[in-house]
Amino acid sequence: MTLKGWNEVPMAGLVLDAGNAAEYHTGDWRTERPVWDEEKCKHCMQCWITCPDTAIQVKDKKMIGIDFDYCKGCGICADECPFDAIDMIEEDLEAE
Amino acid sequence: MGKTLALAGNFAAAYASKQINPQVVAAYPITPQTTMMEKFSEYVANGEVDTELVCVESEHSAMSACVGAAAAGGRVITSTAANGLALMFEVVYIASSLRLPITMCVMNRALSGPINIHGDHSDAMGVRDSGWIQIFNENPQEVYDTMFQACKIGEHKDVRLPVMVNLDGFITSHKIERVDTLDDKQVTDYIGPFETMYSLIDTDNPVTYGPLDLFDYYFEHKRQQVEAMKHALPVAKSVMRDYSKQFDRDYDIMEDYYLDDADYAIVTMSSTAGTTKFVVDKLRAEGKKVGLLKLRLFRPFPAEEVREKLAGLKQIAVLDRSDSFGAFGGPLFTEVRNALYELDERPGVVDYVFGLGGRDINAEQITSVYERLMSATERLAGDVNYLGVRGE
Repeated sequence: MTLKGWNEVPMAGLVLDAGNAAEYHTGDWRTERPVWDEEKCKHCMQCWITCPDTAIQVKDKKMIGIDFDYCKGCGICADECPFDAIDMIEEDLEAE
Repeated sequence: MGKTLALAGNFAAAYASKQINPQVVAAYPITPQTTMMEKFSEYVANGEVDTELVCVESEHSAMSACVGAAAAGGRVITSTAANGLALMFEVVYIASSLRLPITMCVMNRALSGPINIHGDHSDAMGVRDSGWIQIFNENPQEVYDTMFQACKIGEHKDVRLPVMVNLDGFITSHKIERVDTLDDKQVTDYIGPFETMYSLIDTDNPVTYGPLDLFDYYFEHKRQQVEAMKHALPVAKSVMRDYSKQFDRDYDIMEDYYLDDADYAIVTMSSTAGTTKFVVDKLRAEGKKVGLLKLRLFRPFPAEEVREKLAGLKQIAVLDRSDSFGAFGGPLFTEVRNALYELDERPGVVDYVFGLGGRDINAEQITSVYERLMSATERLAGDVNYLGVRGE
């Protein structure tokens, strides 16, 4: 992401757009990344219930993946999964 | 023109505030500021202003209320002194960093401790790095006129900064002098309606004030404040000059008194400049080439202008009404001496810290400073002295 210069941003740190949280990808904060093992997953939805960032993507009552724009890598899903279908690995920060 | 009135500095500030008719005033009483707000409360009680007067429980709350009101988009006035300003400290920085053009009178008073209610500049100097424009005033007339100039300078679209209107506690705040006022319409026409930028209560154009601002953008926003301060200097000059032209006054960011052909000068601010003028008159009558530079605008500090004014002088004494413990001299001295560094032939510059806690400064003491400058056989070498303190 290219950061702007002092003369390109509104004064005083004012935020001039409402509802802009959607533009802010908190996935940037992640230092660990959940890896989902589709083979082991029973689609019990424990991860979906417990994810604090609603980053578990679901379609037709099945888990289909993780939204890495918003997953902060907290690891709650991996901890809660009854089938060890989610592993946490270190984020490759160099690759970002 | 308005009436000619006999007003103490505080009443001059209150009268000007009445004519400004701000949307919000929030203040907490503290000596020697109290009478300004007492007077202003009378105007509110009598229905002479439309102002919402917020009687808060502390100065921290006073400035917080001012920040809220200014962010909402109103013209806002407050005033305080000494420990009140110290209690505000946190929010003083917030007001300037949110770029809110609030006008605050500070009846300059010594900071505790030991506790003291009398005049010195330690309170205002404690917030000289806070990003407020600071103007120091010699007498009630200056205080009165500067209130309107403060609106114009702080509210300018290239500036948008709060302005501190300083006057010496008791010496000016409680001294009754002749004040030539403007009539209400002149004031209203001069200051114009407050131009709101980014109103917090404009629900059609919502804005967030004060979001978390970390290592990615905080520095950029500080850099913006630097720029605003840079703009404040030419804006202050043109506002003061235009005001003078319009209302037959004589204001600028600084005032030089017999400086053109002077060899020796004192640089000082506020009421002490008046006493110094008296001494300059006396010494000039004896044929001595002495002069005075009175600074009105301290923040932003007009370094180039100070250098121009003081170039060619032989010896200079800065009179500082506050000290900066452990620093090389008082706040005014360090600024003035720093400004002169670029000169090829630098005058000698010495510092005299004086008047702490309201200790009187008199013509004899100021004369003794000029005499030292005049009798020096070589360039004076930046010593820091204490004028009017007992003991060796």
